[in-house]
Amino acid sequence: MKAPPRLDADRLLDDPRTRIIVCCGSGGVGKTTAAAALGLRAAERGRHVVVLTVDPARRLAQSMGLSSLDNTPRPVPLPEGGTAAGGTLHAMMLDMKRTFDEIVETHAEPGRSEQILANPFYQSLSSSFAGTQEYMAMEKLGQLRRSEQWDLIVVDTPPSRSALDFLDAPQRLSRFLDGRLLKLLTAPTRTGGRAYLKVVNAGFGVITGIVAKVLGAQVLRDVQTFVAALDTMFGGFRERAEDTYRLLQTPGTAFLVVATPEPDALREASYFVERLSEDRMPLAGLILNRVHRSPATRLSAARSLAAAEALVPAGAAAQTAYSAGGNGGAGALADVTRYPLAVAALRLHAERMQLIASERRLAQGFTAAHPGVPVARVIAQPEDVHDLAGLRVIGESLTAD
Amino acid sequence: MPVRARDSDWEGVRLHVVTGKGGTGKTTVAGALALALASEGGRVLLMEVEGRQGIAQLFDCPPLPYGERKVAVAPGTPTAPGGDVYALAADPESALVEYLETFYNLWHAGRTLTRLGIVDFATTIAPGLRDVLLTGKAAEATRRRKSGRHIYDAVVMDAPPTGRIGRFLNVASEVSGLAKMGPIRGHADTVQSVIRSPETAVHFVTVLEEMPVQETLDGIAELRGLAQGGLQLGGVMINMVRPTGLTDDQLAAAARGDPDRHELAVGLKSAGIENGTGAEGADVVDALADELCEHATQVLGQREHRRMLTSAGQPCYDLPLITDRMDLAGLYRLAAALRDQGAA
Repeated sequence: MKAPPRLDADRLLDDPRTRIIVCCGSGGVGKTTAAAALGLRAAERGRHVVVLTVDPARRLAQSMGLSSLDNTPRPVPLPEGGTAAGGTLHAMMLDMKRTFDEIVETHAEPGRSEQILANPFYQSLSSSFAGTQEYMAMEKLGQLRRSEQWDLIVVDTPPSRSALDFLDAPQRLSRFLDGRLLKLLTAPTRTGGRAYLKVVNAGFGVITGIVAKVLGAQVLRDVQTFVAALDTMFGGFRERAEDTYRLLQTPGTAFLVVATPEPDALREASYFVERLSEDRMPLAGLILNRVHRSPATRLSAARSLAAAEALVPAGAAAQTAYSAGGNGGAGALADVTRYPLAVAALRLHAERMQLIASERRLAQGFTAAHPGVPVARVIAQPEDVHDLAGLRVIGESLTAD
Repeated sequence: MPVRARDSDWEGVRLHVVTGKGGTGKTTVAGALALALASEGGRVLLMEVEGRQGIAQLFDCPPLPYGERKVAVAPGTPTAPGGDVYALAADPESALVEYLETFYNLWHAGRTLTRLGIVDFATTIAPGLRDVLLTGKAAEATRRRKSGRHIYDAVVMDAPPTGRIGRFLNVASEVSGLAKMGPIRGHADTVQSVIRSPETAVHFVTVLEEMPVQETLDGIAELRGLAQGGLQLGGVMINMVRPTGLTDDQLAAAARGDPDRHELAVGLKSAGIENGTGAEGADVVDALADELCEHATQVLGQREHRRMLTSAGQPCYDLPLITDRMDLAGLYRLAAALRDQGAA
């Protein structure tokens, strides 16, 4: 089996042409931690970094000094013991509603923005439309990039079922806002009040009729008011989304797909890699996160299990084999063997070797499908990361291979 | 309904809502719960709402249509044959069409709307609409009767993840923000009365890791806020539990980085494994000791997470880690674990 090319993360971080790193992947694979670890490492190597995060674990956020969702980059003091390369680290947590409000405030016609912000339809759209979070993450990324205050932006993508949502959702929102359907539905207000007196075409009547029937006429009025107020901004949403999309296609951007060595996560990673190449997005590589290792790889699973069995008299093994729930196994082990600690260690080791083998098979499957994609591994940590020292360990593991 | 051999902790609950953070095995546990509920006979509906076809994958059958199909027979007990598990993959589009058809006789219009993409539009301008249609479908299945008897003895809903569950279940007030009156509001109120009745309970699936546990605790707190309105919290299903082979003393020592290396070395030697002699390498004992230390750190972390979960005050149930590929046999094992602990 051919090994994948190695992903040289340090070279990527050190290259001044790298301006944006996007960490993407399915939910729960450690995107946020990877993004934070890369940001810290880049800062410790001398870059001026901002990490844009969407939904960090509470303790990780606290470790970076992000106690509140305030949509502003905050300086993160670099921990002791790092290299004095003169870099800086900022971190911010995305507030999607605030970001949306700011777009409206900046771009709506004078006097209209308050009307828009108070509209119930706008409020629902800006806080819960599927895709708003992705759109706003892209928007914020564009803003940070244009500000030229940082020479590297590391962003992790919103938690979603599918990694592809990050690429699709912004266009979905802009299509929706600029779309014909919304205009069709709101045509009467857009052509002036007199339109109500006109004979509207049948298709339009059916649609508004049913929306009014199901949701109530007041919802329809909210939408119509919203569209009228937002009139001058139409077209702008799609344009903004397309701008950021193009920014992502430039060589200064590097996509890192994050996955754990598990079937679902790697399947998502595969989809994402294919999609990035279709869309000509610059893929830097795969971060295989939480990979297990053993300090005793020469002791095989089979040999380890056989040794454990040799220490437990025949017949007693079945009783102490793992039963569901609890930790009843411990007492039972001591009853049947003189060497409970050795038996436990051997069984643990066998399990770990089996896990390592299965992870390796999965990783090989990915590389067989995408032989050109460089891979970096991060070793599984026994504890969750919740401080900068822990992030530094992740960064070291990422580049140690 | 067949006579039960014994009571479960959720006697009287007919709609089981199962939530959990992504990656914790929510769909698997929902499937196991459905099997467990059907194991003394009867008929249980397992319903998914996110269009993922997770149930079809779980039971290894072709993608499910918007219709109720039998997917499995429950294992049964020595005194009773197993019942049937039906499955339904619900999606907002089909639910809206069905809603229009049922309440307004708008069958044709419904199809037209779907084609125009307006369903997506309507569920977008009123996100609560999507939820009320899906919870509405679950409520309908729970209450559905034929000749005075319930069609389903229980309904298990593979619900949205913990982060969205409060909003999902709080349909009436979510919808009321947009639709202060009108037919959908009335429908939402009806659904709410089912969700907030003793017939419904919300279970959380988690694993013993930081983020899932934190989300579970947040979710429980959020739903407690809604509980004044009658929402009933269910159990915490702790998934992928692995028992440790170590005693508490051994764990504590190993977590300090100080397992009894002598005892370990003696034990290994009597199994024929020694430092430096065989193919295993020069320091196999230390290597295995290191693995013990990592394991102990992990186990103690998991215990801390378990303590936090227990302190939330809801009953906890353990589900063993299934290391093989999840198949019907694995689901039966999980179902048995749920029954043994009184979750079903």
